[in-house]
Amino acid sequence: MSGILNSSIGRKFAMALSAFFLMIFLLQHFVINLTSIFCADIFNEISHFMGTFWVIQYVIQPILIFGVIFHFVMGFVLEIKNKKARHVGYAKNNGAANSTWMSRNMIYSGLFIFIFLIIHFIDFWIPEINTKYIVGDMSGMHNGEFRYFHELQEKFVPIWRVALYCVGFVFLALHLLHGFNSAFQSVGANNKYTKGLKGFGKAYAILIPLGFIVIALVHHFNH
Amino acid sequence: MALDSKIPKGPIADKWTNYKNNINLVNPANKRNIDVIVVGTGLAGGSAAATLAELGYNVKAFCFQDSPRRAHSIAAQGGINAAKNYQGDGDSTYRLFYDTVKGGDYRSREANVYRLAEVSANIIDQCVAQGVPFAREYGGLLDNRSFGGVLVSRTFYAAGQTGQQLLLGAYSAMNRQIGRGKIKMYNRHEMLDVVVVDGKARGIITRNLITGEIERHSAHAVVLGTGGYGNVFFLSTNAMGSNVTAAWKAHKRGAYFANPCYTQIHPTCIPVSGDHQSKLTLMSESLRNDGRIWVPKHMKDVEAIRTGKLKPKDLKEEDRDYYLERRYPAFGNLVPRDVASRAAKERCDAGFGVNATGEAVFLDFAAAIQRYGKETAHVRGLDENDAALVKTLGQEVIKNKYGNLFQMYEKIVDQDPYNTPMMIYPAVHYTMGGIWVDYNLMTTVPGLYCIGEANFSDHGANRLGASALMQGLADGYFVLPYTIGDYLADDIRTGTIPTDSKEFDAAEKDVRDQINHLISNNGTHSVDHFHKKLGKIMWNKVGMARNVQGLTEAIQEIKELRAEFWKDVKVPGTNEEYNEELAKAGRVADFLELGELFAKDALHREESCGGHFREDAVELDGEQKGEAKRDDENFAYVAAWEYKGEPNDAVLHKEDLEFKDIELKQRSYK
Amino acid sequence: MNLTLKIWRQKNANDKGGLVDYKVNDVSPDMSFLEMLDVLNEDLINKGEEPIAFDHDCREGICGMCSLYINGEAHGPDRGVTTCQLHMRMFKDGDTIYIEPFRAAAFPVIKDLVVDRTSMDRIQHAGGFISVNTSGNTIDANAIPINKHDADTAFDAATCIGCGACVASCKNSSAMLFVSAKVSQFALLPQGKIEATDRVLNMVKQMDEEGFGNCTNTGACEVECPKGISLENIARMNREYLKASLKG
Repeated sequence: MSGILNSSIGRKFAMALSAFFLMIFLLQHFVINLTSIFCADIFNEISHFMGTFWVIQYVIQPILIFGVIFHFVMGFVLEIKNKKARHVGYAKNNGAANSTWMSRNMIYSGLFIFIFLIIHFIDFWIPEINTKYIVGDMSGMHNGEFRYFHELQEKFVPIWRVALYCVGFVFLALHLLHGFNSAFQSVGANNKYTKGLKGFGKAYAILIPLGFIVIALVHHFNH
Repeated sequence: MALDSKIPKGPIADKWTNYKNNINLVNPANKRNIDVIVVGTGLAGGSAAATLAELGYNVKAFCFQDSPRRAHSIAAQGGINAAKNYQGDGDSTYRLFYDTVKGGDYRSREANVYRLAEVSANIIDQCVAQGVPFAREYGGLLDNRSFGGVLVSRTFYAAGQTGQQLLLGAYSAMNRQIGRGKIKMYNRHEMLDVVVVDGKARGIITRNLITGEIERHSAHAVVLGTGGYGNVFFLSTNAMGSNVTAAWKAHKRGAYFANPCYTQIHPTCIPVSGDHQSKLTLMSESLRNDGRIWVPKHMKDVEAIRTGKLKPKDLKEEDRDYYLERRYPAFGNLVPRDVASRAAKERCDAGFGVNATGEAVFLDFAAAIQRYGKETAHVRGLDENDAALVKTLGQEVIKNKYGNLFQMYEKIVDQDPYNTPMMIYPAVHYTMGGIWVDYNLMTTVPGLYCIGEANFSDHGANRLGASALMQGLADGYFVLPYTIGDYLADDIRTGTIPTDSKEFDAAEKDVRDQINHLISNNGTHSVDHFHKKLGKIMWNKVGMARNVQGLTEAIQEIKELRAEFWKDVKVPGTNEEYNEELAKAGRVADFLELGELFAKDALHREESCGGHFREDAVELDGEQKGEAKRDDENFAYVAAWEYKGEPNDAVLHKEDLEFKDIELKQRSYK
Repeated sequence: MNLTLKIWRQKNANDKGGLVDYKVNDVSPDMSFLEMLDVLNEDLINKGEEPIAFDHDCREGICGMCSLYINGEAHGPDRGVTTCQLHMRMFKDGDTIYIEPFRAAAFPVIKDLVVDRTSMDRIQHAGGFISVNTSGNTIDANAIPINKHDADTAFDAATCIGCGACVASCKNSSAMLFVSAKVSQFALLPQGKIEATDRVLNMVKQMDEEGFGNCTNTGACEVECPKGISLENIARMNREYLKASLKG
């Protein structure tokens, strides 16, 4: 097992594991966000639970941050290594003939998602951390009621931010359209279920980002 | 020098075992002090290199390709014979021996063929243990198919890529030894001479095809597994690089060249499409298991098909001439290759060829598709009378059996063979002749061995399908490693052979002189120009049917062409670089000498046997009228030629063939 | 038809190299791609120029010697064929065709379109075999029945011709399809299972040392593979590798 990250397959495997983790996280994030357009109270309840429960805050959250950074850094490491594996490029290369645009441009979709994540952190995560751990207010209350739903709505008022989010999610969809099934292939899952899984992967890759976009738009227009 | 074939005494079935029990061995510690050079890494050379290294010898292996895996054995399609009798259809060592001798038209050495049949079963065991994925039945056991010229199913196969799988097996055995450091592999190296020191083969001169460096390599014995010389015809199913140079240089250093005129013209190849043609593509003989060969009965239909007015599949059954089934009812479409080829030529010469050049016959799968379709429909409980369904099911079966061949055909010809019959025509495929070897596979130069297609082989005047792979592996895995020990046992105290001797100097000088001549010649025509001309002479006058006049002319024409070549060939570039034209020039120079000896051999053999067909030696009447006529009284011998300067000055030595275990009779497939 | 060719010319490994334009006229659609190059070479020789060096041998799609990156694709635009089986009917009169060598750090150019693919051989030396002696004294071939499906799948993997199209097509120059084909062939057969752990670890190690890139599952290799070697093999190798790594 030692030095597995020094091998090409080991690195792929690590990329896939972090991807699985991020995809599960994305799903739960989506489900919680979804509640916001149906019922503000449920959204507030869950948000408060997630923001204060110690397992989430002190165990899962660090893992998540590590996962994001690992996935990103490893993605870049792989890209650099892969670039080095070909010193002279082709004068004419018809990549579209044998592979999807998404699969060939993971580094760019990933980079854009990362930029989006930074903005997202600035928008939500840093203020949260500030309120909870710098100011020390763990109540989750503002003016006598839960603040989460209200803060969410506030954020989606400016059209520029909504637009930025939409673009971010489009890149997320592109990233997932290749990444979802790629992760399964990397851990060695290619069998009779693969065909079905491919369909599911496509649905996941399109519906989840689309859902996020819808949520953003709903909040923008319902305000 | 009299030819001593060194056949062991005793009953044929015991010869090999008794011989092995009594020959000299080299102890493992001494093997470490002995070097062996193996040239060529096909089935014979590859398997020999691996086995010798495994036994403990230091092996140096050479190939001109960029990897040993690319040797032309890789292209063998149909299968490999072995007397396993897994099908319980009456096969046995004796029957395989008998079929091979008969198929070879009684021009092979009994003892060698029996040994080949004897070790054939081991080959299959060995290959399976190595992970060669042979075709299997649903029960998990190995499957067999049948091939031309025999009445049993003894051919093991891996779809249409048996040669590939067997070669990759031998290559994997080599890889294991390369990894252990027991084989030193020299890719992209071409052997340009054998070095003979004190009458023994002690090394070779090679050219590094990347840098042009001329290198000396010494060893206690040299093994040639360098394949056949079919490319003397320019167009053949051989690879572009296949050549006679190693064998020819050995011949010039004293190895006798046996039966050069025995050439196999394979009946089922894709016809020539134009002058640009660089090689011909084989369609496996296995296709004749299911394909029926025919031409139209009437000239008017031939013309209609040629002009495209009539589609071949629309021609009525009664207007077709299934000429093999008509002429040879017992074997039908599965007659041996030489017979099938001549029959196709006969029909095309009579004007019944079905393509624009008039040199093609049909190989039709419609009947097989029908038969398999009905069978499958029956098994699956579907409607056997639904024509469309039956066709689809039948095509599926055919696709499973021959998918890769059909795809290959479609890519080359641009026609769909599932729906229209294939067009095929004979092409040069294999050469039964080669360097003469004794029972030990040693040539007339002590310490120089020759294995696989490169030697004059166990196939007599005609090789049966699926026997080339068998012979290559038998020689390399199971015969040579034993017999070479007997010779090397005397060399345990010799020590490393120095490469600074005068013999090495002389050999290297010869090589350099030839290269310098070619490079500085600066003539007006490319190497291919001469090669194509040689091919035309060979095909037209030394091809499927030969006669005195044509052969005499051929000898003269080749001689003239050779003189012209040396005067007028143009080789661009220098020696000190990657220079394919230079490599080709050296090969063609040797073909130009071999071609003449080939014609001379054909001229001297005034009989028809196997692949050698003389128009003046045919049955004149009776049931066999028009068939080849062998002359056992005067020609039951191996013609081994000794080099004396010009090819035409070669001196004939005869090894008389004795048939004690098989009765000589006319080969009948009627 | 008449064509314009843009061909990579490079004197030797140390030369920088570049594309050179050539015109070929009266090309027959029945010619193979390599026969078209033969015609061009004959022409060049007659004009006193150096012919174009390219690898080729069997010219029937099985030896794996021919390479060429044609119009941005390994073995050209047709599917399931090697360059020697590519026919000119795939092109139109007046076309411009780019012809480049297979590119990868692990495939250095020798001359013009000829590259050195011995890195693939070295991967095979590391473990592409079953360690059984060639004595012939093994058990009877039918002593171990093998499930037909497994045997067929092993065969499909074993049909790899080692041409390197997978590496050339891969944006990462990864050799995973090639290596996985061999690993799969043996992993699927009972004879090969015995050494499966060492084999996959050693072959992957050598593959990495040769400087091939990492697989990112774009699937370009499978599409361009002249023998249709499946991506399933890469998944199988991943499994084998992870299993082997756990075992140590």
